[in-house]
Amino acid sequence: MSASTIIFYVLATLVLVFGAITVFSRKIFRAAISLLLSLSFIAGIYLLWGMDFIAALQIIIYVGGIVVLIIFSIFLTHRAGEKLSKPLPKRLLSAGIMAVIGLGFTSWVVYNNAFAPAVTSGAVEPTVHNIGLQMLNYTSYGYVFPFEVINILLLAALVGSIVIAIKKTNKEEE
Amino acid sequence: MEQVPLSHVLILSSTLFFLGVYGFFSRRNLITMLMSVELILNSVNINFIAFNKYLFPHQLEGVFFTMFIIVVAAAEISLSIAIVINLYRRFKTIDIEDTTTMKF
Repeated sequence: MSASTIIFYVLATLVLVFGAITVFSRKIFRAAISLLLSLSFIAGIYLLWGMDFIAALQIIIYVGGIVVLIIFSIFLTHRAGEKLSKPLPKRLLSAGIMAVIGLGFTSWVVYNNAFAPAVTSGAVEPTVHNIGLQMLNYTSYGYVFPFEVINILLLAALVGSIVIAIKKTNKEEE
Repeated sequence: MEQVPLSHVLILSSTLFFLGVYGFFSRRNLITMLMSVELILNSVNINFIAFNKYLFPHQLEGVFFTMFIIVVAAAEISLSIAIVINLYRRFKTIDIEDTTTMKF
């Protein structure tokens, strides 16, 4: 067992432990912090696989953007130190059954499937240079059209969230 | 170099996915439901990166799909935080059992 294998299993365990705290904790702030840690360890797994750019994106966007936004909204909508209300037992049971059955089925499929590489030669290094070249390429397997579409999606989300969260003046509400 | 078998990576990501599914269906608070959605999206990202690295190393398709998923997740979370804050302003709570105005 080489060192990178051991590091992978340690990181995977940490991801699952903090993911479980995120889902099961009754204190919302603790859940948010463990979500942050879980996402950071996922970035560690990407680094271990040599996907530097994706790890950087994960840290910048998820940890630095999304989780901070979630923590802001927790501060805006919750009193400090308040425990979350208990979930309904019926829904807890159905969610547990769904998750356990789904996990069992997926594990069964994964174990009964022999994954073989399609092509073994000519690996492309996932460097920023290669990623950028293929992303803005419009001749062979380029991704310039989804890139433009995602630009418009981000613009729409920006405008939409401003429109939704804007505070109406008193005159309009009446 | 010896590698972790792909099935172990898939077990990791599917466990994370179903943790997220459990949280999404059992929580009553809108923000914790959003956190579960983030877990689900991240497990899918791990899957894409693992398939790209193990099975199709001659292309970068998984990297692109991961990047697009990250962007869509950012857009989704910003919109839903706006909705949550608007709901809180109107109902003074974000518990899904109490915000049932649009329930049929």
